[in-house]
Amino acid sequence: MIPGVDGFMYPNEVELQWSLLIVLYPYITGLVAGAFILASLERVFKVEAVRPTYRLALLTALAFLLVAPLPLQLHLGHPERSIEMYLTPHRSSAMAMFGFVYLWYLTVVLLLEIWLEYRADIVRMAQTTTGLTRLVYKVLTLGSENVSTAARIIDDKVGYTVTVIGIPSAFLLHGYVGFIFGSIKANPWWSSPLMPIVFLFSAMSSGIAAVLLLYMLSMQVKKRPIDMPCLDTVARYLFYCFVIDFTLEMLDLIHRTYEADESFRSLDFMVHTRLFFSQVILQICLGTLVPLALLAATQLFKFGALARRAMYITAGSLIMIGIFAMRWNVVIGGQLFSKSFLGYTTYKVAFATREGLVPAIALMLLPFAIFLLLVKLLPPWPEREVVDAAGEGRA
Amino acid sequence: MDITRRDLIGIGTKLLVLGSVGATLEQITGAAPPSEAYQMADHWWGMIIDIDKCIGCGNCVRACSKENNVPQGYYRTWVERYEVEEGKQPRVESPNGAMDGFPPSTRTDVKSFFVPKLCNHCADSPCVQVCPVGATFVSPDGVVLVDESYCLGCRYCVQACPYGCRYLHPAKDTVDKCTLCYHRITQGLTTACCENCPTGARQLVDFKNPHDPVHAFLRDNKVEVLKPYMATQAKVYYKDLDGSVR
Repeated sequence: MIPGVDGFMYPNEVELQWSLLIVLYPYITGLVAGAFILASLERVFKVEAVRPTYRLALLTALAFLLVAPLPLQLHLGHPERSIEMYLTPHRSSAMAMFGFVYLWYLTVVLLLEIWLEYRADIVRMAQTTTGLTRLVYKVLTLGSENVSTAARIIDDKVGYTVTVIGIPSAFLLHGYVGFIFGSIKANPWWSSPLMPIVFLFSAMSSGIAAVLLLYMLSMQVKKRPIDMPCLDTVARYLFYCFVIDFTLEMLDLIHRTYEADESFRSLDFMVHTRLFFSQVILQICLGTLVPLALLAATQLFKFGALARRAMYITAGSLIMIGIFAMRWNVVIGGQLFSKSFLGYTTYKVAFATREGLVPAIALMLLPFAIFLLLVKLLPPWPEREVVDAAGEGRA
Repeated sequence: MDITRRDLIGIGTKLLVLGSVGATLEQITGAAPPSEAYQMADHWWGMIIDIDKCIGCGNCVRACSKENNVPQGYYRTWVERYEVEEGKQPRVESPNGAMDGFPPSTRTDVKSFFVPKLCNHCADSPCVQVCPVGATFVSPDGVVLVDESYCLGCRYCVQACPYGCRYLHPAKDTVDKCTLCYHRITQGLTTACCENCPTGARQLVDFKNPHDPVHAFLRDNKVEVLKPYMATQAKVYYKDLDGSVR
């Protein structure tokens, strides 16, 4: 008997190949996509109520996007060769093409949109600051210092176009992550055409929840009042997204249970044993049903602002935990059973190894450090006159 | 004629000098060249396995491990023992990949047989499809190989292989697998596992060779590949494969 193994595993299957870091990768990418979609609500779909979160959402997306490839890099046996994915990509590989989707999203969509949105502020700060700070802002202007109304109108139009392109790009970014898993026919836990769309809606839910929490936290830190109509609107969209996500996941579950193909016995056993805590307790009960009930209650009944805020914090946090559990169940769960359907292995997170708990925690904290830096560099809440000027420019 | 000790030493010295010159010349001229240079396009390699002939001795596993320096705890080939009882899930085991064979079975009331496993060298390999840099590829003679100087170690191919044939080499940090003893078969030899199989249960075959016994084997027997529903065009054919085998 091999320790940690029940039944029969092919001998090379006993050791898991994709670890905790690969759980982080779709989780972080999902937060990027979700935050960007929330930003586009204001820009493209004219949901003016969420305006206070617009810049915050963009910066959140950037902070997480910059960290997204790091878990992958750390996981690779030869990270120094990863550039080959760009130089000599294998066109039939979903993973190879993801590199280009990532670059497209980072450079063409997110950086460009943030630059256009902040250009007037950057120019203003390049003129009003001194020393090294001035130099930084000067470089960030990229030599474009014209902030006349006509120039701002052009910024706005180009920014709008970039956001319009950005929405399908954000869908592509995270849909593609789902496809990386969903297209593996050898693994019945992953192989599903629903996988990209399930990943997409769970990404949107986690990203919106992240911005919602960050917004409330930022207001608390800045000692500014929370814009309740904004918060209610964000929470309403979170509810809509999460209902779709839940429906899709239930559809997948019902389909698997009803179809009950060869793999079902194996997967069913896994859900009731090794994945019971992470799937049934964390993902479904705590991470889905409770926040759905909370968000539904805020839509159906009238609560005071304080109660609503508490409910949003609870729901948002549980959604973040639930979606992390979902990523765990997909990535780790998909490797716990044998492709012979005759046995199961176990996974124990190492502590301070290259793919252990310590680097995972560091990688989860890093986006927040980057976010703080970005907020310092590009304040999401401009002074009153700047808001007015931007408003005029947009009008 | 009497041969003195002096004569013996003289003859010996001459033979030694002649031998040395000959050996040096052989070195310089590159020795005897292969009678026929290996042409990849002339071959399409695979393997046939006769389940009924496999006795589970593990010779193939040991030979493969030695020939290819397979790291301990990983397997380019292994053997499984199936014990199938009517109406129940089969009981399968492969202790240490069958490196040391199998302990005697205590069951007499079950259908029992051995199944040698290795990379199926699929023509439509999912592992080749997913490799982000093309480090794993099908050679023109039909062998799925990994370029270890190019592999990123992302292990997407390990996930994509339906048969569990790949692993990450712990020392090289690149993916490793059965090469069908490519270094041997291109020299006109058979694989280490086939050469060391005492019953001839495994046999290297060349589908492009019209005289290869594989053609008669496929024509005269009921054969199957592993997990045919995966549609990978596997090239390891099993004779009389039981339906319970996964």
